[in-house]
Amino acid sequence: MNDMTPPKAAQQHLKIVGTRPLRPDGVDKVTGRAKFGADIHVPNMLIGKVLRSPHAHARIKSIDVSRAQALKGVKAVITSADLCDLPSEFIPAGEMMVNFKDMTRNVMAREKALYEGHAVAAVAAVSEAVAAQALTLIEVQYEVLPHVMDVAEAMQAGAPLLHDDMFTIGVEPRPAKASNIAKRVEFGFGDLEAGFARADVIVEREFATKPVHQGYIEPHACLASVSEDGQAELWCTTQGQFIVRAFCAKLLGMDVSRLRVTASEIGGGFGGKTVVYLEPLALALSRKACRPVKMTMSRTDVFRASGPTSGAKIWVKVGATRDGRITAADALLKYQAGAFQGSPVQPGAMCAFAPYDLENVRIVGFDVVVNRPKVAAYRAPGGPIAEFAVESVIDEVALRIGMDPIEFRLKNAAKEGTRAPYGPKLGPIGLVQTLEAARAHAHYRAPLKANQGRGVASGFWFNIGGETCASINLGEDGSVGLVVGTPDIGGSRASLSMMVAEEFGIPLDQVHAIIGDTTSLGFNFLTGGSRVTFSSGMALVEAARDVIRQLRERAAKIWEVAVEEVEWVEGHARLSGKGKTLSLAELAKTAGKTGGPIIGNAAINATGAGPSLATHLVDVEVDPETGKVTILRYTAIQDAGKAVHPSYVEGQMQGGAVQGIGWALNEEYIYDDKGRMENPGFLDYRIPVCSDVPMIDTVIVEVPNPRHPYGVRGVGETPIVPPMAAIANAVSHATGVRFTDLPMSPPRVLAAIDAQRGA
Amino acid sequence: MAKQHVTTTVNGDTVEFLCETEQTLLDVLRDELYLTGSKEGCASGDCGACSVMLDGRLVCSCLVLGVEAAGRKVETIEGMARGEVLHPLQQKFLEHAALQCGICTPGFLVAAKALLEKKPNPTETEVRYWLAGNLCRCTGYDKIVRAVLDAAAVMRSA
Amino acid sequence: MARLILSGTLQKLAGGDAELEIDARDVKQLLRMLSERYPALAPHLESDAYAIAIDGEIFQDIWFAPIGPDSEVHLIPAIRGG
Repeated sequence: MNDMTPPKAAQQHLKIVGTRPLRPDGVDKVTGRAKFGADIHVPNMLIGKVLRSPHAHARIKSIDVSRAQALKGVKAVITSADLCDLPSEFIPAGEMMVNFKDMTRNVMAREKALYEGHAVAAVAAVSEAVAAQALTLIEVQYEVLPHVMDVAEAMQAGAPLLHDDMFTIGVEPRPAKASNIAKRVEFGFGDLEAGFARADVIVEREFATKPVHQGYIEPHACLASVSEDGQAELWCTTQGQFIVRAFCAKLLGMDVSRLRVTASEIGGGFGGKTVVYLEPLALALSRKACRPVKMTMSRTDVFRASGPTSGAKIWVKVGATRDGRITAADALLKYQAGAFQGSPVQPGAMCAFAPYDLENVRIVGFDVVVNRPKVAAYRAPGGPIAEFAVESVIDEVALRIGMDPIEFRLKNAAKEGTRAPYGPKLGPIGLVQTLEAARAHAHYRAPLKANQGRGVASGFWFNIGGETCASINLGEDGSVGLVVGTPDIGGSRASLSMMVAEEFGIPLDQVHAIIGDTTSLGFNFLTGGSRVTFSSGMALVEAARDVIRQLRERAAKIWEVAVEEVEWVEGHARLSGKGKTLSLAELAKTAGKTGGPIIGNAAINATGAGPSLATHLVDVEVDPETGKVTILRYTAIQDAGKAVHPSYVEGQMQGGAVQGIGWALNEEYIYDDKGRMENPGFLDYRIPVCSDVPMIDTVIVEVPNPRHPYGVRGVGETPIVPPMAAIANAVSHATGVRFTDLPMSPPRVLAAIDAQRGA
Repeated sequence: MAKQHVTTTVNGDTVEFLCETEQTLLDVLRDELYLTGSKEGCASGDCGACSVMLDGRLVCSCLVLGVEAAGRKVETIEGMARGEVLHPLQQKFLEHAALQCGICTPGFLVAAKALLEKKPNPTETEVRYWLAGNLCRCTGYDKIVRAVLDAAAVMRSA
Repeated sequence: MARLILSGTLQKLAGGDAELEIDARDVKQLLRMLSERYPALAPHLESDAYAIAIDGEIFQDIWFAPIGPDSEVHLIPAIRGG
């Protein structure tokens, strides 16, 4: 691997990295020109629509599509028979272990409908109206079965069983009886009993959270076109075009290389667009109709049928000495996975106590299926739920021993060398720096009035690297083109271009970034895990340094000197000590004559991603007559390693904080007693609006990640980890009541205040 | 039933289209006129991503029927810049990094423009309440509000 | 020889063994040896992608990440993120 040390410039002065230029793709987005998933129209295209189960749990006895097929204007109808049935095995698809038996069934039901909204059939027709009419002509015979929605109920013996081949993994001996518990996981070390015995104060609490949706404003959308010889093109809004290709190829039984997937601009993902829903259906319909098929999800279908994150029950117990040292920490997490296994209980368990330096710790987690849509990743999957519980208990412990919550965290903070609860020792991290910044911040000293309270919480997320390919092409005029395979969900084209411009020492406007389709690059893992600035950045730096090496060689040839005598400075090759230079443009112009076109490629499995730690401060006011919680002031402090474009780092911090505010105060899936969602729309599934929140102040701390040439750490996910606990702590301090159930919506807060008043 | 023939003005140009009675103005803009700048986020008037101006009034185009545009004046995001000169709001959104994924941005720009035409000197609170009908999931609204206030200042001094 | 530290579920499924001396030169070999030594671990290892931490650095999905003679090695479930 190439040398990944920071460029010489970094040791002196960075010219571009760390500044705030306009993003290169910005004009298209403010003029409406940028093309998102549904913004595509092609000649001869059909409109596809999905028929979905009205039942939360039902056996599918038969599906009769004949009348739909006969309707004028209908060109194809599909059911699960048109997709491959795949055995239950975990296969790497990209970097994920995927159970394709589950995936094919989630995309279209086979034996059973397992949640309201589960796809059972789909049609492609000449217009929206004909497609909608065709759906009404499909006759499905259901045998309605009892359903289960609650994670604790689903774990009981005798609960309605979703899968008769589910035998809990991670339990010895393996159970003989099927259940809804897919997996048991456990992490930790030390001697809990001894640890708790030493504690002067022990706090033990149970918490409950509801499923919440990622809430991306752009619904799923795609356009598939399969030709008569089986070659296929797919345009879709996705966080990972290579992952979509892998999944769809498997589900349709086609070679990966026959499917070309292009990622559109993406209108929000947050993890929810790392899986497939419409894409395999559109491909199957297009294959049958031999015409392009466009499919979009309605907002109600997005809520009912695309993965929210888990709801959960969490129990946490923490013991500490009177002088503020945690002696033992124990947690039990029960996460619901939706209809198929795969909740983020594992990362939740791993991250729950990760901000702390502990000798005795245990986290046990259960992954449980229920009759709800299969969960998908949501920004730091599993983390916010676990840390909501842990950070609330930490707050209570600090209160009980009479210590300031920041001081208490500082006394127990994880640092470089601390053993993480999941095993290995941590590298350099910035938790202490964020806590110190919080303590020093004016927000922490601001006076509070009646009915107001302040909350603090910290948060951790691992961040990942992963398979990444990138390429750099030199234009004949010296402009630099770069191609990456990671869709841009938050402005990464800006930070990636900035790192490349910095490496070359050229102005930013000479660099042009595009996101390539699956044919233009080697495999790229998806955009997620806060990995893009880190991994695509690392790949681009490697490619850029390779190009610079080639440019120096070309200059050396032209000057007839040894390459060691040629330096690269500010966009020029320079002959040491002689004052001779050749610009990037001059070298590019003669590239054909000096050896051929100049390009740089990098193909890496990026390692060395560093965790990002954060501390959030929030002030709230609770209206004692309505239970409404108003966020008065919010400060998010986070370690970015190196903020390549500070505005976009701030944007991640602010966006994650506000999603956390929604999760804490308002968002939840509400179901009726038949297991049908009652609020599948933005009116009643209330995400924060502009008037709900104040300005979100941010402080970026930089503890460089030594494994990245610019010290970058991922930042995108950590911001959503602390808010729920910070707000719950603030509301507790404002009201004197400890809130353990989310969301803390006005009726619940009012009921709790009233109960306390009455008590 | 046969399609309806509609003549209207969009961003200053006279246009004609055919549409089904039940098609919304949003459907028509996107699927008949190929002006895909206005977005569908919910189709129920809750997210504001489809915001356009209809006879000078801010509306959710998903709540207006295509046929209702007949003989009226429609203004969309595509008409906001003047040639290659961006509107101050568009410029300030870029400068303040007031967009991340950008899907809500056209709706916010149209809505903010409508606000500033009515009220050139809004307070932060007024901006927040006016824009409460536009949902953003990426930014947390902070930089959007700053961009609008900054654009308002620029427009007042022009 | 490198030390593989097991905790939690993996430790339980390995019959309580917390620390193993393991003579594996890379990840692929390590996983194979573990499954052979502890059959109860095998389905668990195959249903989850496991990342490996070698002296604190996490390698996701890399068979040939080298394990040195004095390395401290942990298996942790692969993190995907969202």
